[in-house]
Amino acid sequence: MAVSTKRTQGLADKHFHYCPGCTHGIIHRLVAEAIEELGVLEKTVGVCPVGCAVFAYDYFNCDMIEAAHGRAPAVATGVKRVLPESVVFTYQGDGDLAAIGTAETVHAAARGERITTIFVNNAVYGMTGGQMAPTTLLGQKTTTTPFGRQSSVAGYPLKVSEMVATIDGAAYVTRVAVNSPKNILRAKKAILKAFNVQLKGLGFSLVEVLSTCPTNWGLSPPEALRWVKEKMIPVYPLGDFKVPEDEV
Amino acid sequence: MPQVFFENERCKGCELCVTVCPKKIIALSAGEINSFGFHPAVLTDGTKCTGCGFCFLVCPDLAVTVVREEGGNGESTDEGE
Amino acid sequence: MERVLMKGNEAFGEGAVRAGCRHFFGYPITPQSELPHYLARRLPEVGGLYLQAESEVAAINMVYGAAAAGARVMTSSSSPGISLMQEGISYIACAELPCVVVNIMRGGPGLGNIAPSQADYFQAVKGGGHGDYRLPVLAPASIQEIIDLIVLAFDLADKYRNPVMVVGDGILGQMMEPVELGPAPEVTPPPKPWATTGTLGRKSRNVVNSLYIEPEELEKVNLRLQAKYKQVEQEEKRWEEYRADDAQVIIVAFGMVARIAKAVVDSMRMAGIPVGLIRPVTLYPFPDKPLAASASGAAKAFLVVEMNAGQMLEDVKLAVCGRKPVHFYGRTGGMVTSVAEVEGKVRDIWEGLK
Repeated sequence: MAVSTKRTQGLADKHFHYCPGCTHGIIHRLVAEAIEELGVLEKTVGVCPVGCAVFAYDYFNCDMIEAAHGRAPAVATGVKRVLPESVVFTYQGDGDLAAIGTAETVHAAARGERITTIFVNNAVYGMTGGQMAPTTLLGQKTTTTPFGRQSSVAGYPLKVSEMVATIDGAAYVTRVAVNSPKNILRAKKAILKAFNVQLKGLGFSLVEVLSTCPTNWGLSPPEALRWVKEKMIPVYPLGDFKVPEDEV
Repeated sequence: MPQVFFENERCKGCELCVTVCPKKIIALSAGEINSFGFHPAVLTDGTKCTGCGFCFLVCPDLAVTVVREEGGNGESTDEGE
Repeated sequence: MERVLMKGNEAFGEGAVRAGCRHFFGYPITPQSELPHYLARRLPEVGGLYLQAESEVAAINMVYGAAAAGARVMTSSSSPGISLMQEGISYIACAELPCVVVNIMRGGPGLGNIAPSQADYFQAVKGGGHGDYRLPVLAPASIQEIIDLIVLAFDLADKYRNPVMVVGDGILGQMMEPVELGPAPEVTPPPKPWATTGTLGRKSRNVVNSLYIEPEELEKVNLRLQAKYKQVEQEEKRWEEYRADDAQVIIVAFGMVARIAKAVVDSMRMAGIPVGLIRPVTLYPFPDKPLAASASGAAKAFLVVEMNAGQMLEDVKLAVCGRKPVHFYGRTGGMVTSVAEVEGKVRDIWEGLK
């Protein structure tokens, strides 16, 4: 009998607006598949960011809220505290989560909010035109670091997973990448696990996903996948930074 | 035999599937242009497809469907690194 | 009927509980701290949640999420904290979510001080955040009225799917008065089929949003909002008149200053000067009708008294529309207007009218 890859019910039947080769689309699919496979699509509320994923409320096939820049974890807190039985996730980029919304992220983790945060790190501001992100690599050229990010001027890349893992309320913190089929499968497992941590009420879960921005990196999409492997992963090593004591 | 379908109107010609295909049997169509102005991906030699699904996994735009026999190994020649 | 002695800040909290509010998100700031103190104890008693946020910015966005999930939800703060909430309030107004925001105003600008003030009038009634939006703004003048107006605030928020602000000053927040609680009001919030509660039992999914990238679409949203505000202006103006019918000098004051003004009205009447008071209870929509009627009637002059440099003054002038002179007396920086000061101002105006 023939089996086919299926388009997940977790995504609405819409074309993504993302640039060619941008891996946001892969991450959307993984999140949507995880929600569908866990059978919680009808009780999920997603909170989307400001940034390239600002239109994510058009794509995820569940109730969605568009938050102000950086405030998704606070909005998600409000939802989850009113509807404790719901499944609540935020989908945030590096500017949204690691710059303007650092406080909201850190304190949602500190409170052990039973929410799942999908943190898309592509080391650049995409939507606003390729400016430096808090996660931009040293030496990386952006429109606001035209000579490459220098630590003496612009400081150092922020390692969010390492930081959040130090917080007691964070139950599961992991970093994955979507630059190869193997890593995509691992990312899927991590996202499933993060939602399971929420369903078990263990605390805050965060999956950092290294993603690409071919447009603002000035690379072809295949080159961008290689750039993740060669440049990003050495700075942002993959793996679990915190796992629940009661392994899920 | 496994089959791969590309939904031309969803394809943005990013070539990620071309890059990860272990059999190197995906290319961008030279002649065809979809309504968004992209050359969509096509199979160059379907007989070599193992149904590994890498193209499905890596496609950011849900443009790929892979059909294979149940129980078929779908093995690839590498681990998709 | 049960009479209890209550502090203003606590009355805001108890009023919210009586209104069916079970979720409060806030960040500590003087002089409203007794409000969160009260709710931190009271809400768990009724199965509710008090949550201390990491900032006012987070608090208002928790309110946004809770309101989106269909809850009756409130936050409170004082002037600088309310400034931090303005972004969130603008989003909530555009997303058309109901919530109640309490501002116990303190001296400003900047860090200012913690003394009583009414200097956030502009911020409350003219917008505060970005974009064309309005909030109904209620200004209680007694502890009893706090209890009553908080219930109204939640009802208006649900009716119009809009944030509602309730403003007081440090005096109102800190003082104690006896209040009659009476039986708890019948609370029946309207159904909220738009709430993001998960799609279970629903055919289509709900999206709470304030992004409309196409100008044509955003203009439609704005026109819908404006139509709503028009309805608010037609249906929700509230005010109190005190000995105003035959008054030749009308004092216009809101909140605690109106209490001071009432004493002035009585003392001036004893002295033979026909003074009255019009007290806006809703600052937006502004009750222009009684002012316009007085301006065309017995009133020969108006005196606006505020604890600011003359903010409501502008709305009074718009209502009076040049028909009679409008005078102003205000104290700023946390200084409280005294009865004697206002009496002196009334006497000056009265002498000028002779």
